[in-house]
Amino acid sequence: MADPLLSVENLKVHFPVTRGVTRRPIGALKAVDGVSFAINKGESFGLVGESGCGKTTTGKSVLGLIAPSSGRILYKGVDLAKATQAEAKALRRERQLIFQDPYGSLDPRQSAFSILREAIAADGQRRSGADIQHEVSVLLRTVELGADMGSRFPHELSGGQRQRLGIARALACKPELIVCDEPVSALDVSIQAQIINLFKSLQKITGVSYLFIAHDLAVVRHVSSHIGVMYLGNIVEITGSKHLYSNPLHPYTKALLSAIPITDYYQEQKRARIVLKGDVPSPMNKPSGCPFHPRCSLATEPCSVIPPELRVVEPGHSVACHNV
Amino acid sequence: MPEPVRVLDVRDLRTSFFTSQGEFKAVDGVSYHVDRGEIVAIAGESGCGKSVTQMSVLQLVPSPPGRILGGSAMFEGRNLLALEPRSKAMRQVLGGEIAMIFQEPMTSLNPVLTIGRQLSEVIALHAKISRRQAWSRGVAALEAVGIPDAEQRMRSYPFEMSGGMRQRVMIATAVACDAKLIVADEPTTALDVTTQAQVMELLLDLVKKDGKSLVIITHNLGLISRYAHRVYVMYAGNIIESGTTEALLTGAKHPYTRGLLNAIPRLEADTDTDLVPIVGAPPSLNDRPSGCAFEPRCPFAQPDCRTRPFPEMRLVGQPNHYAACHLDIDAGASPVRVS
Repeated sequence: MADPLLSVENLKVHFPVTRGVTRRPIGALKAVDGVSFAINKGESFGLVGESGCGKTTTGKSVLGLIAPSSGRILYKGVDLAKATQAEAKALRRERQLIFQDPYGSLDPRQSAFSILREAIAADGQRRSGADIQHEVSVLLRTVELGADMGSRFPHELSGGQRQRLGIARALACKPELIVCDEPVSALDVSIQAQIINLFKSLQKITGVSYLFIAHDLAVVRHVSSHIGVMYLGNIVEITGSKHLYSNPLHPYTKALLSAIPITDYYQEQKRARIVLKGDVPSPMNKPSGCPFHPRCSLATEPCSVIPPELRVVEPGHSVACHNV
Repeated sequence: MPEPVRVLDVRDLRTSFFTSQGEFKAVDGVSYHVDRGEIVAIAGESGCGKSVTQMSVLQLVPSPPGRILGGSAMFEGRNLLALEPRSKAMRQVLGGEIAMIFQEPMTSLNPVLTIGRQLSEVIALHAKISRRQAWSRGVAALEAVGIPDAEQRMRSYPFEMSGGMRQRVMIATAVACDAKLIVADEPTTALDVTTQAQVMELLLDLVKKDGKSLVIITHNLGLISRYAHRVYVMYAGNIIESGTTEALLTGAKHPYTRGLLNAIPRLEADTDTDLVPIVGAPPSLNDRPSGCAFEPRCPFAQPDCRTRPFPEMRLVGQPNHYAACHLDIDAGASPVRVS
């Protein structure tokens, strides 16, 4: 099998927690604590989990915005931590980011045209005015924005149009991997569907890969072929997105799925509900052993001592649980 | 079956905002009712007027620029809209008999006062009891909503609590004042799904055990499917479809409701098929089409939909399933526009 486009191996990101003016370290916030996954070219991988589970930190590490505390991130076989500056710069252009808040991520004083021109020019190549004009109009068409949108400023665009502009800007660098961090959660449902369909069609046209980060499992399922479920800095289950709904194995995944009410009325009336007790513990003092054991219904003696490894239980399906 | 007791009956409510850009008809003739022990959902996208409707009933619309232009809201034999805003009578209703829970609990709690201080203040005011009695009733209310170490938690500040806990405090206020009607505006949108489930089960318990009524404003159709008895769907300031949750989710008659159902990504559905988005965007409220407001986006629209006056709600199914559409989209009328 060909090498994956991106492979993350045992990634850990720990933030030091300090106290006082001397910044005496008093502990570590284990935002990401041993995460491994891989994305093949043209595929998309979804990361789901509740707030504070480390999914955004994982995404930022993949982009090189946060240095890992340990573990490796291999992009096209190159270890990003060991790449030379020139190498890193070239590879960085190939990995782009789309944000949750399309308004906060666009410069309010720049027109759509100027925002896109800046992104196109980022590769440092010289271009004529006509070439730039042409590339901008191609980008606008790709994200289904009218050609007249170039002269608009972000405040003159609706939420959905702004997100399209954000996507166009990411595409301007001809990326091979786009990290989408909650790209549709700020949009209304009728607009959400338009953007989700756009993500899917762009992938078909350009063969781009996505790392799709969201809390809404229903959204993630629609754009990802594989999904990793995160809890307190760990991936607790990885499987194909179809399989996840039909056959979840980890007790946290089961609880998460049952907590999401589904729209199909007759199915919903028949579903069993698992309501978890308490809140997610703070990543500052993670429970020992399996991070989920204090809230888990299956927890046994070893769960509080030995952290479970992610192991393959059937082809394409891995679970980190002692009791599955 | 016993005759249902009507708790709230709103008729032909109209609220507008007057700005330099003209009149924004945020709520344009909305009628709905809530019975005792019932969970009623008001669904719609942002800007459809679902929140302003509730704010109008409680006279919380900022004025100026907002103004309630007409309608009535009967609650326990009184017309709330006839009460003077900020009057003693209105304040007695607000927070006492009708409790409101907002999306972001942090902004509805005072960050510099302890939970106990805020909770007992409200209780003392509405129950007309001493602060000391109010305090112990507050502790009981926190226990009732499942907050551990309630006595200690009364001394915490809002920032020391998680989002789910803060939302429980808001619900505890409603419990302590023995509100008959709880209006929850996107109560779980800011919360994680497992916390959402906890908060919703708590609200469901209040309805089932104490016979309270709940109005839940939401855009989440899954939440409606699981919890609501009846649904009103709003679009551009009007209710365009209403009925039981079962009728609406399994046999929607309005093209907008059906469009919404096709547009949302579903957890249970096959992911190979593309979602069917609704084309375009909702109209601006100061420049609405005079006829059906959904016509420009409607895949079923006929040429005369634009010229005919706004469609009245009409009976389209039993029991009490109403929709505001000229067409019968299940019989004959086929989509004429393809997105």
